[in-house]
Amino acid sequence: MQQFADSLLADGFLAGLPTPVGYVLVVAFFAFVLLNFIMLIAGVTSWLERRVWARIQSRVGPNRVGPQGVVQWLADGIKNILKEDIIPEAADKPLFKGAPYLAMIGFFGAWVCVPFGDGLIIADLNVGVLYITAVTGLVVVGILMAGWSSNNKWALLGGIRSAAQIVSYEIPAAIAINTVILLTGTLSMQGIIQAQGWAPWNWFLFDNPFTFVAFFLFFVALLAEGNRTPFDLPEAESELVAGAFTEYSGLRSLLFFLVEWGNLYIIGALCTTLFLGGWQVPAFTENAFLLGVAQVLTFFLKSYFLVFVTMWIRATLPRVRVDQLMSLCWKYLVPISFVNLLGAMLWVVAFPHGSIVMRVAMFLFGLAIVLYFFSRVASHLRRARPEMTWNPIS
Amino acid sequence: MGLGNYVRNIRETLGTIFEGMAITASHFVRKPYTIQYPDRMEIRVQDALPFRYRGLLDVDLEICTGCLACERACPIDCIVIDAEKDKTTKEMILKRFDIDLAKCMFCGLCSEPCPTGSIHHTPEFEGADFSLESLVRRYVKAPLVAYKPPKGPETDPDVAPILARGLRYLDEFASPGDPKARE
Repeated sequence: MQQFADSLLADGFLAGLPTPVGYVLVVAFFAFVLLNFIMLIAGVTSWLERRVWARIQSRVGPNRVGPQGVVQWLADGIKNILKEDIIPEAADKPLFKGAPYLAMIGFFGAWVCVPFGDGLIIADLNVGVLYITAVTGLVVVGILMAGWSSNNKWALLGGIRSAAQIVSYEIPAAIAINTVILLTGTLSMQGIIQAQGWAPWNWFLFDNPFTFVAFFLFFVALLAEGNRTPFDLPEAESELVAGAFTEYSGLRSLLFFLVEWGNLYIIGALCTTLFLGGWQVPAFTENAFLLGVAQVLTFFLKSYFLVFVTMWIRATLPRVRVDQLMSLCWKYLVPISFVNLLGAMLWVVAFPHGSIVMRVAMFLFGLAIVLYFFSRVASHLRRARPEMTWNPIS
Repeated sequence: MGLGNYVRNIRETLGTIFEGMAITASHFVRKPYTIQYPDRMEIRVQDALPFRYRGLLDVDLEICTGCLACERACPIDCIVIDAEKDKTTKEMILKRFDIDLAKCMFCGLCSEPCPTGSIHHTPEFEGADFSLESLVRRYVKAPLVAYKPPKGPETDPDVAPILARGLRYLDEFASPGDPKARE
């Protein structure tokens, strides 16, 4: 992006301005665009999530505001902004006020390294994945701060649960990332994507059995880090009212929910970058613009499919207990990820350039799992004999 | 915890999650059960309700005899009727027939003694309003002559279908579910 800013300053839109002012203007412009994109993504995700749950629970969901309810999120947002901003009498006021913004900063910072297409990234840091892992850690500081400063038992419990959860699940997530780093030798998001191909058997997901396992470890760990069901203990509404966000109202509570729903896209984008081939498309045309559009669409659809999977998981699995959460992490995910990393190391030593036979075999294995899954779905439909409809919005 | 137990836990976790996801995925193609009352229905609810459904009260003044049986039967006095006999013509004159639907408890006791089925419940149930006053239904706008049953069958073509409906209503009260009473 610095090159872009330099070119604008040299002979473009911003020619003649002092360099620092030009940089600030360019950064502010991109921050504005990105913030609006995040709002849109988080809002539409919140609406879609409610519709998806509704269909799974044989309901219809919000379908009144706008066509099929697509602007329901806007109505909810306006309602929340107009609400009274209550700060509890006994709260630690500076911390209470600052907590949502800290969570928002951690979440917003991660978008710097989220790629959208070839060259379409705010900053392709050479420590990209590490940076995202580190900066999303700020979200937990915000949540912990919210829990502490609310001066409320439920909020404190929620905040501490969130901290415990993220500290634990960073380990399997980081080790699963390492499995991919072994293959690429770079931490840069674009570099990782460029090391993969458009074909599924060139994705890191199917590169070898160890990356296949790493994908699931990574996805589960990210679900826990994003405080998503089945790991949404920090705001477990049946036990902790709303957990760390109990005392928040109006815009501040809205910011926390923005972080939660926006995080889903980051989960999807990270998994897509690391394992699902990112924006790679076959070179079907010479037209650079068309190719760029295809890449952006490919990346977005892959990421959003994973967002959809998290919604689907949320509607399927019950919330785990705190002890189950910890035993899942420390007794299962951490040991398995270490063994997995060891296996990946041995694999890289044995096949420094990968093995196309194993790739195709893993791809066929994945395909077999998907096909078996659909046969199970069909079997459940045959057994229940429900009244069916293929209309997604009915 | 032995290794076998450990592996079994992993296998069961993966297996049950896989199966659970398959079940919820099968719900994506199932038709939602939601009924979007009131504006997105295939038919009105009122049309689906039975003939004898005890909804809001209604009065067919064309066949009201002014006998005051309903007023006497009402346990909470929500029906008020003013009727008096004209000395010269020997006709009952209805001056007032008010039903306070805010008080009505839909017990159906008024429609049972009615000789013609004039006062009856309708399947209509959407009675919400912004004031209690507007729930008082005043049926008599101007004084009118009450219905007098003729000897033999009803001949007036305007009144005959109303009377037939009223009598059917009474018959179904007397013998609910009797196929002979219907039609």
